[in-house]
Amino acid sequence: MDTPQAISGTSQNERTTVIRSLIGSAKSRIGDRIFYIVCAFSGILIMAVIAGLILQLIVNSNLTISKFGLGFITSSVWDPVNEQFGAAPFIYGTIMSSVLGLLLALPLSLGIAVFLVEIAGTRLRTVLSFLVETLAAIPSIVYGLWGIIVMVPMLSNIIGGYLQNHYGDAYGDTVPFFYGPSILSSAVILAIMILPIITSISRDVMLAIPMSQREAALALGSTKWEAIKIVVSNARWGILGAVILGLGRALGETMAVTMVIGNDPHINASVLQSSYSMASVIANELNEATSAMHNSALIEIGLVLLITTFIVNMLARLLVWSVTRKRFAGGRL
Amino acid sequence: MSNSIQHSTHRKITISKTSISRRKITNYVMLGLCGVCVLLALIPLGAIMFYTIREGLSAINWNFFTELPKPVGELGGGMKNALIGTCALVGMSSLIGVPFGVLAGVYLAEYGSNRIANIIRFLTEVMSGLPSIIVGIFAYTVVVKPAGHFSAYAGAIALAILMIPVITKTTEELLKLVPVTYREAGLALGAPKWVVILRVVLSTAGKGIVTGVMLSIARAAGETAPLIFTAFGNQFMHKGFNEPIAALPLQIYTYAKAPYDDWHAQAWAGAAVLIVLVFILSVVVRAVTGGGKFNIQH
Repeated sequence: MDTPQAISGTSQNERTTVIRSLIGSAKSRIGDRIFYIVCAFSGILIMAVIAGLILQLIVNSNLTISKFGLGFITSSVWDPVNEQFGAAPFIYGTIMSSVLGLLLALPLSLGIAVFLVEIAGTRLRTVLSFLVETLAAIPSIVYGLWGIIVMVPMLSNIIGGYLQNHYGDAYGDTVPFFYGPSILSSAVILAIMILPIITSISRDVMLAIPMSQREAALALGSTKWEAIKIVVSNARWGILGAVILGLGRALGETMAVTMVIGNDPHINASVLQSSYSMASVIANELNEATSAMHNSALIEIGLVLLITTFIVNMLARLLVWSVTRKRFAGGRL
Repeated sequence: MSNSIQHSTHRKITISKTSISRRKITNYVMLGLCGVCVLLALIPLGAIMFYTIREGLSAINWNFFTELPKPVGELGGGMKNALIGTCALVGMSSLIGVPFGVLAGVYLAEYGSNRIANIIRFLTEVMSGLPSIIVGIFAYTVVVKPAGHFSAYAGAIALAILMIPVITKTTEELLKLVPVTYREAGLALGAPKWVVILRVVLSTAGKGIVTGVMLSIARAAGETAPLIFTAFGNQFMHKGFNEPIAALPLQIYTYAKAPYDDWHAQAWAGAAVLIVLVFILSVVVRAVTGGGKFNIQH
């Protein structure tokens, strides 16, 4: 009891007063209260924005919801002049280009993630991760610009040229096989854009797999690749989460897709033909939709897109969380 | 006992000897393919950078920064209005998004062990996965439709909504990394909780939060979709924030869609400026602050 007093050089009385004034004072409690309210208000604002967003989309698409009902999703007629609206061509285009993009991106992303985690050293991993994540930092409008001016003509030359050379005779030289703007073009752009997401999450999930699993496999005489297969199969739920997250991103991507998909509101079976996506039609038509019905139809497409991406994202988050949820270094008060 | 182990080991070896070369070949082929994947991913990155910088540099000059866009057919002109517009939009959205984002992050990290906080955490995830075009629709229905005209405010609100979840998530993660002993030390010294949070916890995580904020600003600066029917774009200087305003990504979009070569050149120049801007914001800030979330040692 005497020693700390001697060190601090204050009397018992003095210290008690100081401590009382700091801890027990009503002033600091009011400060705490105000600070808590300000923080909680900011948090609640997030709830309000989401609630408001859903409400606004429903209210503003009321006209077409009540007129077309579920037929809005299944009808493939999009005719603003005669006020006939069906979203099927856009849903088709969105899903086709996203899923195809996903199929292109998945093997690449997995290969990169395996390389980063299992093959590359720490320094190479840092550099390559940085480069891959740089892809994610490029604004989508730049992807679109590059896509429309560089990639689409290139694809058209390569694929179109190949088809013309091999099948041109059968159909006559005048048959155009592949113009360029198409589901395929947007799938390629989307693949490049979602590659960083799938790669970085797969990488994190695989890094979370204990080293002992690799060691056990290697000790049993497996080759490095066989050990990697075990790691990948243990990380499968997290990787699936990464894939679905990539899908969510692809479904909602607007600019790059709008610029290379061709913007044709018809369901064309071939991925070499042009199509239209949900986000693209909103981007192209909402600012010039003069009739209330057209406006409402576009906002209802937004609502469909919102519900789709919401379900997809939640599924992905749950999967990724179930695998990587354990990092917690600090603590709360 | 030892006999059976001997036996099984022996069998294992004979089995694997028959396929050992095949397994080794598979091993090297697959590992090699993984390396090929890395190279394949770097091709589009290299191509986009190469084209943007090459085309952009040949089109960029002083006039690009000081002049307004010229009509079709007239060569030259610049994107002064779009550059200023983007700065204005990003500035306004930061004014809204940064304080709310950081405070919501503080709420989740410091007061967030209740049910409402879990809902907010969940909604923050939802919000960060929202397609930007939908946020644009929201701003359109809330601001543009009632007002009857496009405005910079609508664009700024859309961008702010896109910024908030990124900032909130970064803030929460970083505050959780601050050791609980820091908070205890602060409280033990007699400081009230809010002072501890502001002066100890937030300032410890400060660098990382700044990185998160910069990344979200970089993302907002490159957004196009939510601006199309909110900020709308403007070929002239805006006279106020209650009217349509130009933005760099919107201007690039307008020029890229058009069939004119000199407009394409302008689009490339705009893209080059945008990429440099985004990179200064994200890469340099990340380098300066030492990678953000990894700068807290414990």
